[in-house]
Amino acid sequence: MNNSQTTTRVVPDENGRFGAFGGKFIPETLMNAVTQLEIAFEEARRDPAFVQELNGLLSEYAGRPTPLTYAERLTKAVGGAQIYLKREDLNHTGAHKLNNALGQALLAKRMGKKSIIAETGAGQHGVASATVAAKLGLSCKVFMGEEDIRRQSLNVFRMKLLGAEVIPAVSGSRTLKDATNEAIRHWVSHVDETFYVIGSVVGPHPYPYIVREFQKIIGEETRSQVLQMLRRLPDEIVACVGGGSNAIGMFYPFIQDESVALRGVEAAGKGIDTDKHAATLTLGRPGVIHGSLTYLLQDECGQVQEAHSISAGLDYPGVGPEHAYLKDSGRVTYTSVTDAEALEAVQVLCQTEGIIPALESAHAIAEAIKRAKEMSSDKILVICLSGRGDKDVLTIQEALTTGGGE
Amino acid sequence: MTTALNRIDQLFADRDRKRFIPFLTVGDPSIEATFHLVKAMVEAGADLIELGVPYSDPLADGPTIQRASERALENGVTIGDALQLVKRLRESGMEASIVLFSYFNPVLQYGIERFFADLAAYGADGVVIPDLPIEENGPAVTAAKQHGIHVISLVAPTSSSRINTIGAQATGFLYCVSSLGVTGARVDLREDLADFLERVKASTTVPTAVGFGISTPDQVRAVAPHTDGVIVGSAIVQQIEKHVEELKDPIQMPQAVEKIKTFVHQLASALQ
Repeated sequence: MNNSQTTTRVVPDENGRFGAFGGKFIPETLMNAVTQLEIAFEEARRDPAFVQELNGLLSEYAGRPTPLTYAERLTKAVGGAQIYLKREDLNHTGAHKLNNALGQALLAKRMGKKSIIAETGAGQHGVASATVAAKLGLSCKVFMGEEDIRRQSLNVFRMKLLGAEVIPAVSGSRTLKDATNEAIRHWVSHVDETFYVIGSVVGPHPYPYIVREFQKIIGEETRSQVLQMLRRLPDEIVACVGGGSNAIGMFYPFIQDESVALRGVEAAGKGIDTDKHAATLTLGRPGVIHGSLTYLLQDECGQVQEAHSISAGLDYPGVGPEHAYLKDSGRVTYTSVTDAEALEAVQVLCQTEGIIPALESAHAIAEAIKRAKEMSSDKILVICLSGRGDKDVLTIQEALTTGGGE
Repeated sequence: MTTALNRIDQLFADRDRKRFIPFLTVGDPSIEATFHLVKAMVEAGADLIELGVPYSDPLADGPTIQRASERALENGVTIGDALQLVKRLRESGMEASIVLFSYFNPVLQYGIERFFADLAAYGADGVVIPDLPIEENGPAVTAAKQHGIHVISLVAPTSSSRINTIGAQATGFLYCVSSLGVTGARVDLREDLADFLERVKASTTVPTAVGFGISTPDQVRAVAPHTDGVIVGSAIVQQIEKHVEELKDPIQMPQAVEKIKTFVHQLASALQ
């Protein structure tokens, strides 16, 4: 790579900037809260007791480390690079989201907060937050777009079963963006007693940084697992990007390994030549959403546009500011995959490996299959399988029987 | 067209008089209605008009102003339309101060330099950007100074140690957020509001104005001793919403404007 200078810089800087991106574009009412959070996190990550408690929960409660699986039949079917799967689907609650929810909820407890709130799209972060709230004895409110509540009714029931209150967001497109707006509005009103557990590497500083630090365990484990199994680094890593927390968690420990190509996959929805997509990095322009300057799907006057994806977790018009930075620096390549391609990838993985992937993760699989075909059989490709697809089975059934996704 | 002295500075030159500041969203339910409502509010005793630029994701606003934004956006109202409205109000002879209230992204997309140049050219006096804290407002403040426009800073009850820093940098007036939370009419104001307002006053040389949640003449009277100006938004927007169908109809509009004018007059006269 010719840009090692930019990629070796420490990001974010003290202003919460990843290059030009990031920052704290939030109401004054919240400024004190994010400053306190920054101080509390820096203290916590240096406190051996905090680190030990988190690591204990990650191994004995969440079930980490998650395995790295050689996808032998998929590799044969594709006929190119050897494909490995980082199995975040085997994390407790079925996705990578728990890594971050555990970390933030422990931080909330440390800061003396009794209630946590969270936003959720597909419901995975909501379920993870409800889970850790139950485990740590905190009360939990989850904000979820009305449209997503309809698409992910099973996860809504899971959250309620776990003792959380699910609050429908009925403004705007009634999806993740609006759930995040509602969560922030609630936070502004209850900032003294409430901790906002953000589910992705988005939002005002220090959230994109904190979430990366809690998710980088994905890449750290992968790196040591690949080295142990194969005595070498992989050639390429593929992860899906909505807000982008599984991708940042996977990529970050490999940023300095210049021989490892990194590829983020956005949702192209019905196609990037239509207006029904969520390909923020591919088609967006820099703008401000949820407190952060980043790539954004917006009209020419700066009104935020609605995103579209069959996968609720990728249905977001913004993206984490660190991804914006990594795109502009050239360290990570960002591409997109349509609803139809993702549905096809779900079936391929089911039938070759006996794993039902989340629709989000299926975007990474679809892209990885395209990439692996172009690579020789001595190359190693790792897919971040960010979550399992049980939550999506109804959506997949509906799409396959109606020929949806087209 | 810029005056040598910003109208906001002229307005607050006499600190013995309390000033009334109504808020309304541009284009709710039409640009034409907003024009007539603003003129009526000035006649009703408004000293400074806060014009809201509609936005798709108004994080700091409660349901009332969210709905106003949605009604305006359905009409395709843009930040450019808000600037044109300022121009038209000035051409009609209106002398009251005008402050635009806009989230940062529309300003960023319009172009920061171009935005402040146009504010000055069309006769606005200041801007409130609720999601632009002092840590992020450098480029906006630089452009604003060049064009004689005030970037109005906000302070909140949670600002604590930040109050002095914000107060020292404030220009025009300092917008005191009276309650935690988003905009919206409230039945009760915080018990410690007077203490907060006095603390803000002591932190700055510029005038202060208080808003977020103030909705009745009694509340206006209650906060008046501790501030130079009182801002009422959601309560007025609720009245606009109540009469929204009449305001859309050219024949019924004058009557509806008159009713809202009466409502604003009751609030404004609570300061006399």
